Amino acid sequence: MTKEEDIQQELTKNFNFLEGKISIPKVRRIFFGVPADKLEEVLKFLMDKINFNILCTITGLDEGITLGMIYHLARKDGIVISIKISVPKDNPIIKTITNYFPGAEYYEREIMDLFGAKVEGLPEGTRYPLPDGWPEGQYPLRKDWKSDMLGKENNNG
Amino acid sequence: MDKVVIPIGPQHPALKEPASFSVTLEGEKIVDVNLRLGYNHRGIEKACEDRTFMQDIYLLERVCGICSHSHSTCYVQAVEDLAGAEVPKRALYIRTLIGELERVHSHLLWLGVAGHEVGFDTLFMYSWRDREIVMDLFAKITGNRVNYGINTIGGVRRDISKEDVQEILKAVDTLEERTKYYIQVATQEVTLINRLSNVGKLSRADVESLGAVGPVARASGVDRDTRRDDPYAAYSEVSFKVVTVENADVYGRTLVRVGELMESYNIIRQVIKNMPDGPITVKVPRKIPEGEAFSRYEAPRGEDVHYVKSNGSDKPERVKLRAPTLANAKAVLKMLENYNLADLPIIVAAIDPCFSCTDRTISIKKLDTGSSEIMDWGSLRKYSIEWYRKRGIRF
Repeated sequence: MTKEEDIQQELTKNFNFLEGKISIPKVRRIFFGVPADKLEEVLKFLMDKINFNILCTITGLDEGITLGMIYHLARKDGIVISIKISVPKDNPIIKTITNYFPGAEYYEREIMDLFGAKVEGLPEGTRYPLPDGWPEGQYPLRKDWKSDMLGKENNNG
Repeated sequence: MDKVVIPIGPQHPALKEPASFSVTLEGEKIVDVNLRLGYNHRGIEKACEDRTFMQDIYLLERVCGICSHSHSTCYVQAVEDLAGAEVPKRALYIRTLIGELERVHSHLLWLGVAGHEVGFDTLFMYSWRDREIVMDLFAKITGNRVNYGINTIGGVRRDISKEDVQEILKAVDTLEERTKYYIQVATQEVTLINRLSNVGKLSRADVESLGAVGPVARASGVDRDTRRDDPYAAYSEVSFKVVTVENADVYGRTLVRVGELMESYNIIRQVIKNMPDGPITVKVPRKIPEGEAFSRYEAPRGEDVHYVKSNGSDKPERVKLRAPTLANAKAVLKMLENYNLADLPIIVAAIDPCFSCTDRTISIKKLDTGSSEIMDWGSLRKYSIEWYRKRGIRF
């Protein structure tokens, strides 16, 4: 059995809801989704029990009526696990993971700016990466956002 | 003593790219730094969604002028995974070759900038002169000094000829000689060693919790390198050493980079020696089947990652990238704590963007009252003379 299959088995043993959900598209790559409220539990398991303690980044996705967040976690041996959660687009609240990965701050701020997610538990701070004068409520990486939505008055941002 | 906040950037004569540091000082000591990034945000990820997979290679190559090959390779690897393309071996070897040449010119560029930031401009002149050897080589073998345009989905666009190989080997010999000299400078030049040692310390634990990458992580003893840990292109078929040191300071970051130069020459020679004959590209359909892929690449500044999601059309549903400097941004703030303002340029430069901090106008914000005042050069000079006079120092 490969290392990736070992991890798959270990995960399904501990989390029933992952049964049949884990895909291994190629060597050293594992993808699966979890319900948003289970994310913390799964992250803790990955970090503490099977040493996935490198956070590569967090990817935001516009999935229509939901926003997706993918947490890419890597291990020393090169295996990367991508865990996706989905939250409703009209109330996109995620919990910060900076208590586990302080380095996640910029990744979370990026998702706040570009996708309009709200990150619970992330202290006030400097925004990233949009300019200070950026219009409220415009999230450029959402699919319905087009660049002509930016009024001329904001061009000096 | 009153704390003062000094803004550095976003536009600054000595700054190559815009970024804004708000540095809180107690005397000369840095007690807090706030970093504002994003001035260079060009919406490339959004633009990728409106272009075809093929057009995106050229767009993503322009994310960075120094490590352009890193981004284009990282991206095409993800797309090739999605398409299930078997990239010919020769193409993988050429990608590796270009990637290592890129590391060489990037590290030489860094060495020059680092020398410049500590007032060692001879080193800057020398290393940038030597860097030209690589730039000329790129012009010859790819047609461009930067943004080489060598990658395509399914392989590379240009083959390496026998004459190219001879030129590359000759250049590598010269560069190796020069790098040996730099290693000698870095390990024997007392002024340089003293200036860089114990500056910008970053513990191994901080590297791990803040997610620092590349030479910054390796200089703190963290043995991580995507080329070895998650091999791509031809890296699984070459042998090389991952350079790590335990210094955990700017000096350590210098040692790692000059050490990596030597390893790059070693990799280039192996790649040329073992490069198989054969095709350099495989045809990949314009439309990419639905799926998602995650690709990693050890850029000169550290791990670069790309995530690509396809929806069955000829345009990606989502392209996400994270460049190494963003991963190192939290770490650089930590490195600056409790050092002198004069250490800021070299500490910031040591992660590989760069900076200087002399300016004509300083905005002083009194923390207790919150009021701001702007002092021009003349009144600042008057203030300093007054300050010394009060303490009994005569001019």
